[in-house]
Amino acid sequence: MPTIVVDVMPKAELLDPQGKAVSGALTRLGVSDFTSVRIGKRFELTVEGEIGEDVLAKAREIADEILSNSVIEDVVGIEVVE
Amino acid sequence: MSARSGTRIGVITFPGSLDDRDAQRAIRLAGAEPVALWHGSHDLEGVDALVLPGGFSYGDYLRAGAIAALAPIMAEVKDAAAKGMPILGICNGFQMLVEAQLLPGGLIRNAHQQFVRRDQKLRVENASTAWTSEFTEGQEIVIPLKNADGGYIAAESELDRLEGEGLVAFRYLGVNPNGSLRDIAGLANERGNVVGLMPHPEHAVEEGFGPNTPAAMRSGLDGLPFFTSAIAAVVGAAA
Repeated sequence: MPTIVVDVMPKAELLDPQGKAVSGALTRLGVSDFTSVRIGKRFELTVEGEIGEDVLAKAREIADEILSNSVIEDVVGIEVVE
Repeated sequence: MSARSGTRIGVITFPGSLDDRDAQRAIRLAGAEPVALWHGSHDLEGVDALVLPGGFSYGDYLRAGAIAALAPIMAEVKDAAAKGMPILGICNGFQMLVEAQLLPGGLIRNAHQQFVRRDQKLRVENASTAWTSEFTEGQEIVIPLKNADGGYIAAESELDRLEGEGLVAFRYLGVNPNGSLRDIAGLANERGNVVGLMPHPEHAVEEGFGPNTPAAMRSGLDGLPFFTSAIAAVVGAAA
């Protein structure tokens, strides 16, 4: 099925409590290769048939208006996968 | 003692609302008539004021309050807000008001990642809103707080604007329970008719069921003035 993937991340300048918790767990486990962890969301929007420009435009619209809240999050990617 | 003011205050129930009945009870104890409203309807049934109650609408999926903010009745809620109707969002209701952009900023997971339940001390920072006029500015109150996604955030410039315009309605005192920036517990809009806060005034309205006070166990009634303020605002507007 043709699918549009939308990735949403908490804004870089804002605290990401979930990422911070995972980062803390890694430190406790002795994993020191990663300086920070941030957690976002991935949405998979499945489409019946071809993905045309109009469908992509609609995906961009709902990504900005529903899937993310621009006060606290950024849409960091919208891509078509098969 | 119910409905002695003639004021009718609606409480909207969403799938996953928990505190709608408590809010109705608080409204009755404050002297108004509670009106149960349903998220899927487009009818506010002619109420004078509105409460968006606490809970976990739609399981807090997507973002807390986000899906409820898109409910059918929210179109009428936005119209009513624009016309000056007193609207109070409590906890999940505050999250809905923020998601519906009736109040600025955002609410994220508590900084410590834990659900928190405590009797919380607050300072009333703005006593001139539709929901706070029966308090005095600077008054310290204690009402229950219980949330997982109560961390208030906004850009620095937005926080400065909120402070400058007196839109911070309540601030946490003693303990900041969720990492909210500038200890913000609740906000008002510019007009003062829309107010949202994370703590729960509807759980501090009746002796025997409120927070403990130095005087007696569970005797705290600091939530009642929220609702009597709204009644005063409605009665005042009609006079």
